[in-house]
Amino acid sequence: MLLSALIGTLEQGLVYGIMALGVYITYRILHFADLTVDGSFPLGAAVAARVIAYGGSPLLGTILAVIAGMFAGLTTGFLNTKLKISGLLSGILTMTALYSVNLRIMGRANIPLLRKPTLVSWFGERGMAPWVLFLVTLAVLKMLLDVFLRTEIGFAIRATGDNEQMIRSCGVNTDSMKLIGLSLANCLVALSGALVAQYQGFADVGMGVGTVVAGLASVIAGQALVRVPGLGWSTTGVIIGSLIYRGAIFAALRLGLAPTDLKLITAVLVVLALSGSVWSSSLAKLGGGKRRATNIPAA
Amino acid sequence: MLRISQLRKVFSNGSGVEMTALDNVNLDVRPGDFITIIGSNGAGKSTLLNVIAGVYEVDEGEIWIDGENVTNQPEYRRAHLIGRVFQDPMIGTAASMTIEENLAMAMKRAKRLRLVPGVTAKDRARFRELLAVLGLGLENRLQEPVGLLSGGQRQALTLLMATISNPKLLLLDEHTAALDPKTAEMICQLTKRIVENRELTVLMVTHDLKQALELGNRTIMMDQGQIILDLQDPERADMTVDELLDQFEAVRGKRLLDDRVLLV
Repeated sequence: MLLSALIGTLEQGLVYGIMALGVYITYRILHFADLTVDGSFPLGAAVAARVIAYGGSPLLGTILAVIAGMFAGLTTGFLNTKLKISGLLSGILTMTALYSVNLRIMGRANIPLLRKPTLVSWFGERGMAPWVLFLVTLAVLKMLLDVFLRTEIGFAIRATGDNEQMIRSCGVNTDSMKLIGLSLANCLVALSGALVAQYQGFADVGMGVGTVVAGLASVIAGQALVRVPGLGWSTTGVIIGSLIYRGAIFAALRLGLAPTDLKLITAVLVVLALSGSVWSSSLAKLGGGKRRATNIPAA
Repeated sequence: MLRISQLRKVFSNGSGVEMTALDNVNLDVRPGDFITIIGSNGAGKSTLLNVIAGVYEVDEGEIWIDGENVTNQPEYRRAHLIGRVFQDPMIGTAASMTIEENLAMAMKRAKRLRLVPGVTAKDRARFRELLAVLGLGLENRLQEPVGLLSGGQRQALTLLMATISNPKLLLLDEHTAALDPKTAEMICQLTKRIVENRELTVLMVTHDLKQALELGNRTIMMDQGQIILDLQDPERADMTVDELLDQFEAVRGKRLLDDRVLLV
């Protein structure tokens, strides 16, 4: 019983880890707090569920979900770079619009996928447990992302988040880099949503609420735990952060907290993590200790 | 090399208050010119560099670089023609990225970006060679994030990045002003060496009148958005700082007084 619950936690950590990689791209690399995620996650689920529910191939549904995620990211990017709406607001607008779009796609608030063929069931029939499927997918995506971020385009995207003035004076169109980063991130988020729907056996229009905060929690936890410099380690940290985050939720539920309290707990955890430097410096002052050296932003 | 004609740039704060930053500026820069630009605060020196680089759009006039009309090109499109070093050492480099990654981005200035590795072994060898010339030991720290470097080291790296792809025009905006005197001198010598070796065309804004007369072959003075003095060698060669100040007074009928202008 406990073992299967732990495996379930592992599977969630892995499948939501794909979403966390997306949040990592926008939040850590582009320095763009992208709230599109709360809409593109259920968008991926909606597209995949709709295709599967109507007898389409789950693979096709998942691919279409990824493409839909790309358009969600492009929309936010367009609002931000071309219409000059602030990044935060652009994401909120897309997310809000996506709520209606997702309902349109699904035709109702919830699509059950029980007894429908899904990617998870297809691999399950061939002896591959969901956690193996998610682990392999996540590992491949992580390695592709690491390689991508070390290409010329990857450099330009990272520099756009780090120092726009500098990379523009190197002849890079920073608007294009933001569009690439945002669409890539939301591709990953929508893929994660599509897989979650197939894993849990339904898509629900409300399943996106709090996704971005969960993603942030994973990214921040990973950054706090994995302090080895280097790109490969940061993305590894995100995955570990996602596992830790799902583990913490599992522990909270075991301690008797109601599942409905989880969003509150997540929000509190993210607040604590984000304000960590404030806490540690005031603690250091209390203890008369030396102030911590200013952190170099990780790659 | 650079031709500017009847350039006009007005800043507006949105509530009808307007400030003319550049007022009918004309300038013809020959290849190999090293021009120092002086003037009090608000004279339009930095604005001039910024409109040349494309950070601001101009209201009137034209800018030609190396036979190309760049007046309406966005900044990133004309970046292949221009190398820049800013006053703030933090602006010229990406702190979270490594020394070699920064150099690689500067080297690929305005080339089409591809999905190939951003730094190759061949690049590394070249970076080591170039960095060794700086004499700061950076050639052994290629994989360290630039954020770990001191302001002077970052400025030296920025200078290297600005010149690595042989730009048609090098724009220096008080690039030694934020450094301590010793480091400033080091960067100044480095600038001289790089400019001479590569025969670059340079526009350099400075508040240091002595430096303005020592460096380069031509000095222009700006005031209230206009070029009011254009001194060239040999006339410039014997000019002292005092004579320069007298010249300003003769043209404008007032003293060039500004706490940021160094008279020594």
